Amino acid sequence: MTELAWISTAISNARPQAMGALLRYFRDLDAAEEAFQDACLRALKNWPKNGPPRDPAAWLIFVGRNSGIDAVRKRAKQAPMPEEDQISDLEDAESDMAERLDGEHYRDDILRLLFICCHPDLPATQQIAVALRIVSGITVKQIARAFLVGESAMEQRITRAKARIADAGVPFETPGPVERSERLAAVAAMVYLIFNEGYSTNGGEAPARAPLCEEAIRLARLLLRLFQAEPEIMGLTALLLLQHARAPARFDENGEIVLLENQDRSLWSRKMIDEGLALVDKALRHRKPGPYQVQAAIAALHARAAVAEDTDWAEIDLLYGLLEQMQPSPVVTLNRAVAVSKVRGPEAALAMIEPLEERLSGYFHFFGLRGGLLMQLGRNEEARVAFDRAIALANTAAEAAHIRIHIDRLIKESAEKSSLQKAR
Amino acid sequence: MLYAILCYASEDVVCSWSKEQDDEVMAKLIDVQDKYAKAGRLGPVARLLPTTAATTLRKVKGEAVVLDGPFAETKEQFLGFYTLECRDLDEAVEFARELSEVNPSGGSYEIRPVSLFNPTKVAV
Repeated sequence: MTELAWISTAISNARPQAMGALLRYFRDLDAAEEAFQDACLRALKNWPKNGPPRDPAAWLIFVGRNSGIDAVRKRAKQAPMPEEDQISDLEDAESDMAERLDGEHYRDDILRLLFICCHPDLPATQQIAVALRIVSGITVKQIARAFLVGESAMEQRITRAKARIADAGVPFETPGPVERSERLAAVAAMVYLIFNEGYSTNGGEAPARAPLCEEAIRLARLLLRLFQAEPEIMGLTALLLLQHARAPARFDENGEIVLLENQDRSLWSRKMIDEGLALVDKALRHRKPGPYQVQAAIAALHARAAVAEDTDWAEIDLLYGLLEQMQPSPVVTLNRAVAVSKVRGPEAALAMIEPLEERLSGYFHFFGLRGGLLMQLGRNEEARVAFDRAIALANTAAEAAHIRIHIDRLIKESAEKSSLQKAR
Repeated sequence: MLYAILCYASEDVVCSWSKEQDDEVMAKLIDVQDKYAKAGRLGPVARLLPTTAATTLRKVKGEAVVLDGPFAETKEQFLGFYTLECRDLDEAVEFARELSEVNPSGGSYEIRPVSLFNPTKVAV
């Protein structure tokens, strides 16, 4: 590993804090980005020579702020840029500086930086793209690849979204407790979206999209470090860790989906599961349940089952029931029905999902599950109809292929049946 | 005498490493440990999950209260430890120096003589 790689890790780790502070100084996203870029260029020149500073974020904020101020002056043709030597002197003053810089603003700076990306006028995909660009510092090219679009299209999308954010005005006042918790909720939802964007994929695209999941986990951890006593942030981080722990087992070598019950559980990441379980346990002790905690608790029950048969479906059914109360949604009910089918049988599950058809008429998983339940009940013709609908609605080739397997089985069964009848 | 070598470093820095970077550091640290393990001097070693996954039980006015994480506003966190049989402090310092040389995280190693050692076996 080269020294440059370590430096770039340090820079990207310091980025949210440094960008957050620079945004507060300049009150302008473009100016903050420019100042940060400038500070990074100087860091790349300075750090290999003088060694990395003890507090990279403080260094970048200090240098970025100065260079930003100079850029303003330069445009006004009042003063020249400072000499490189003057800047490289600041190593000695650095620990002192770190204390002075923003100790107390640190949390709100990062939260604000994330929060401005969640502007309600921006569609979810734009929020995600802007957050990845501004907060995480991921290149437009990488983001474009993860979203499976061209680079120039993504560039345009991000530029437009940033203009919209600038028009909306950045909320600079220090938030009160209520506002802070509202911001935190919006930001948590965005982190969850980033994860889902990476998670909803097929085998072929999984490697390109995995960085989205990893970035979401990084942001969740960042939030958790800032808000260590928030049970919902513990829940969110746990949920992402527990889901991502299964990534190595989700697709087979042909890129086909492997269902949870058929996954090779030895491929699951033990380390991520352990951390996720510890966080779920911690969160539940607070007795302040929320949707992320409940979803994490469900994921935890899957993670705790050494083999699929050990899964505590009755408990999962209860937890989905709780989630339905907190966040009523036909998709939650649909998920609950899976648990119900295991505990009380396919008939009960089918009765539970029938009333959802109208609202889920465009949802792949609804018809996939309905087909599966009908097949279990031996109602093959109806199952076939449901599977056909599912295929028409599949979002990825892997989803379609998965349903195809069921249909092929039904066709084979009915062919066997009719040949049996002919033989008679 | 048995020494405990306690590792402190910025969790922020260590958790920001990519998997490749982490693997590289761990491989080098294991090389250092192997040498001492072959000599039969290395005891149990542990690396802890981040403090965000930690819980603290503290007695407040005689009552045990369960709290989240260690909240200390410090730059460095307790990340793990080694145990090593040493003739004297110099040997323990030498081991810590070798570890620090291959670890880019900076941080510090606190060297403490062990007073009670109970390595009961657990199935992990």
